[in-house]
Amino acid sequence: MIAQPETISTGSSSRTPQETFVLNLGPQHPAAHGVLRVLMTMDGEWITKAEPIIGYIHRMHEKMGENRTWAKFLPNTSRIDYLSAMHYTHAYVGAVERAAKIEVPARAEYVRVITSELNRISSHLVWWGALLLDLGGFTPILYAFEDREKLLDLLEGLCGARLTYCYYRFGGLYNDVDDDFLNGTRKFVKEMRPRLKMYRALVTDNIILRKRMTGIGPISAEMCRKYGATGPVIRGAGVAYDVRKVEPYSVYPQFDFKIPTYPECDSMARYLVRMDEIEQSLRIIEQALDGLPAGPFMGKVPRVLKLPAGDYCYAVEAARGRFMVRIVSDGKDTPYRVKLRTPSFSNLSLYEEASRGMILPDALAMMGSLDLVIPDIDR
Amino acid sequence: MSFLFIEPVRILLYLVGICAFVGANAAYLVLAERKGAGRIQRRPGPNEAGYAGWLQPVADGIKLLSKQVMIPPGTDRLLFCLAPLMVMAPPLICLTVIPFGENLFARNINLGLLLVFSLGSINVMALMLGGWASRNKYAVISAARVVSQNVAYEIPMLLVVITLLMVTGTMNLNEIVQQQGGGFWHWNFFKVWVNPLMPVTFVIFFICMLAETNRAPFDMAEAESELVAGAFTEYGGMGFGVFFMAEYANIVVGCSTATVLFLGGWQSPFIILSGPVFGPLWFLAKMYALILTVIWVRWTFPRTQFYGLLNLSWKILIPISLFTLLLTGAVMKLPLLLHHLF
Repeated sequence: MIAQPETISTGSSSRTPQETFVLNLGPQHPAAHGVLRVLMTMDGEWITKAEPIIGYIHRMHEKMGENRTWAKFLPNTSRIDYLSAMHYTHAYVGAVERAAKIEVPARAEYVRVITSELNRISSHLVWWGALLLDLGGFTPILYAFEDREKLLDLLEGLCGARLTYCYYRFGGLYNDVDDDFLNGTRKFVKEMRPRLKMYRALVTDNIILRKRMTGIGPISAEMCRKYGATGPVIRGAGVAYDVRKVEPYSVYPQFDFKIPTYPECDSMARYLVRMDEIEQSLRIIEQALDGLPAGPFMGKVPRVLKLPAGDYCYAVEAARGRFMVRIVSDGKDTPYRVKLRTPSFSNLSLYEEASRGMILPDALAMMGSLDLVIPDIDR
Repeated sequence: MSFLFIEPVRILLYLVGICAFVGANAAYLVLAERKGAGRIQRRPGPNEAGYAGWLQPVADGIKLLSKQVMIPPGTDRLLFCLAPLMVMAPPLICLTVIPFGENLFARNINLGLLLVFSLGSINVMALMLGGWASRNKYAVISAARVVSQNVAYEIPMLLVVITLLMVTGTMNLNEIVQQQGGGFWHWNFFKVWVNPLMPVTFVIFFICMLAETNRAPFDMAEAESELVAGAFTEYGGMGFGVFFMAEYANIVVGCSTATVLFLGGWQSPFIILSGPVFGPLWFLAKMYALILTVIWVRWTFPRTQFYGLLNLSWKILIPISLFTLLLTGAVMKLPLLLHHLF
C-alpha cells in the first residue's frame, strides 16, 4: 500500500521514468462487493489497465460434484450465486430430469416459475441498493431491503430458508405451496408496483444518477459476443437475448412477457433493463398465480437415481444472465463431471477491455452495473 | 486598570465557550446526522446508549480515545500528526468573529469576513497534508481531488461574497447583520431590489459551502466506495476522530457564515421577539436549519462524479456568479447613471 515515487528517474537508462502507478483494489475494498481484486494501472485517475484477479472464494463446487451422489450435490447449487439460488437449483434439477427423463407435474413447474421470478426480483433489489451504494447514495439500499424482506419472508415460509433455498427436487418440489404463500405473493405484487414508481421518481430520474450512468461504460453487443456476456449486460447492448425466450424451458412459453432491451450500451441501459425486468417478473408471477393448476407437486422418481451415460445440458436465465449446467454421466450414481457456466464470470471478463481509459469512479460505477457476485465467478 | 483585568477574562471565557460550542456541536451533530439518516432511511438510528441514544457521542468518543495511536511506517510523521491539528484549528478561529448575538462575539473586527474566508481555506491544505503524508495511494488521489475541488469552488463562493460586499459595503460581520434588521424582507436573501438574483446567489453560496466542507454530494475527499476513506484512510482512533469533528466544525462555520450573510444573523424575522435574549436563539435556529438541510442533502443524493463536479463549478456556477456580480453593480449604479443623463 505504500506509494513509492515511481516517477523519479534513477538516472540509469535501463529504468525509464514511469507516469503510471499500480493501484491494488481489493480483495478488501468497499466497492468490490466481496473478495474481487482488481490490479489497476493508473495514469492519475485514468485507468490504463484493470486486471481482475479472482479465486479468493474458490470452493471447488465442480469438483465437489464429482464425489457425491446426484442428489447430494443439490444444496451446492444454491451456494454458487447466493442471490439467485432458485435459478441455479432449477438448472441442475432440470439437467438431471432431462437425463433421467423424469416427468415434472405442471403444478411444480408453475411454482418453480413463481419462485424463480420472486428470486429474480430480490436479486435485482440487492443489485439496485448496492449500485447506489457504489454511487454514494446510502438510502436506497434500505428501501430495497424493506421490499426484499417481504420476499424472503414469503420464501422462508415456503421452504424454510431465506437465501440458499434448495427448494426444487428432481421431479418436483420439496413441498407444496400453501394459501399463505399464494396470498402473500399476490399482496407483494400489488405492493411492489407503486414502490417501483417511487424508485423511478426518487432515484432513476435523479439528475446526478443520470449523469453518472448515461454514456458511461459502453459495452457493445460485439464485446458481449466476444466475451460471452449475457443477461442484462447484453440486453443493455440492444440484443434481446434471454434464455427464457431463445431456449424456452419449464413453462415459460405459456406466459406473456417482454424482454426489455436498450440499445444505448451504457451503464444506464443496463440499469433500466434490470428495473424493467422487475416489472416483467411481476407480470409473469401474476399470470402464473392465475393459471396455477391443481395436482401433485412431485413426479415419479426412482429411489436410487442412476443416470444413463451421456452428456446433458440445461440452461436457465439467472438474474445475472445465462447459467448452464452440463453434466456428464458414466452410468453410476455419482456424476462424472459437473460443469457450471456462470454468467458473472463472463460478465467480469470483459471488464479489462471495457474499463480501459475510464476514470476510477466511472469504472467502479460500471462494475456496479455489471452486477457481479464473486462466489458466482469463483464457484 | 479594571479594563485590563476584564478584557483577558472576557477573551478567556470566549475561548472556553467557543471550544465547548464546537466540541458539543461536533459530538451532537454526529448524533443528529445519524438520527437524521435513520429517519430518512426509515430506521430508528442509534437508540441504545442512554435515553434515546443521547449518550452515543460519549460512547463513540470513549471508543475512539481508547484506540491505539498508529502512525504507519513510511509516512511523513510530522505532517501526518500535524494534519489533524491544522484541520481543527481554523474553524475555531473563524468562530471568534461570528456574531451570535448583538453583543455576543469574541472579536468585532472590521475584516471579519476576510478572516473567515482566509482561514476557511486552510482546511483544504490540512486535508491535502493528511493525504500526502499518509503515502497511501487512495489518500494521495484524494488529496489531489480535494485541492482541485476547493480551488474550483473557492472562486464562485468569493464572487458571491463580493456581490454581497457591494451591497453591504462593510466586512464587519456584526454591521452586516445590523443592516439586515427590521423583518425578514430586509435580509440579504430577500433583497431583490438590489439584485434580482439574490436567492440564486444564496443557493450558489450553499452549494459552494457543501463543496468546501467536502460534504455529500461533493464528498470527493472520502468517497468511500472509490477511495476507501480517502485522505483519512491511514488515520485511526482519535486522529480520525479529529478529522471527523473538524468536518462538523467546518459545517458549523459555513452555516453560521451563511446565516450572517444572507439570513439576517441574530435578527428576528418578525421585528418582535428580538433583543439580547432572543437574538442568539434566532441565530442558532437559522444555523441549525441550514445544518439539517446539509444532513438532508447528504442522505438523499448520490455522489457526483469528480469531473462533473468541476464542470458544475466552471461552466455553471462561475458564469452565474459573475453575472450576478455585474447585475448588482449595474443595479447599484443605475440611479447614478440616470441622474447624469437626465
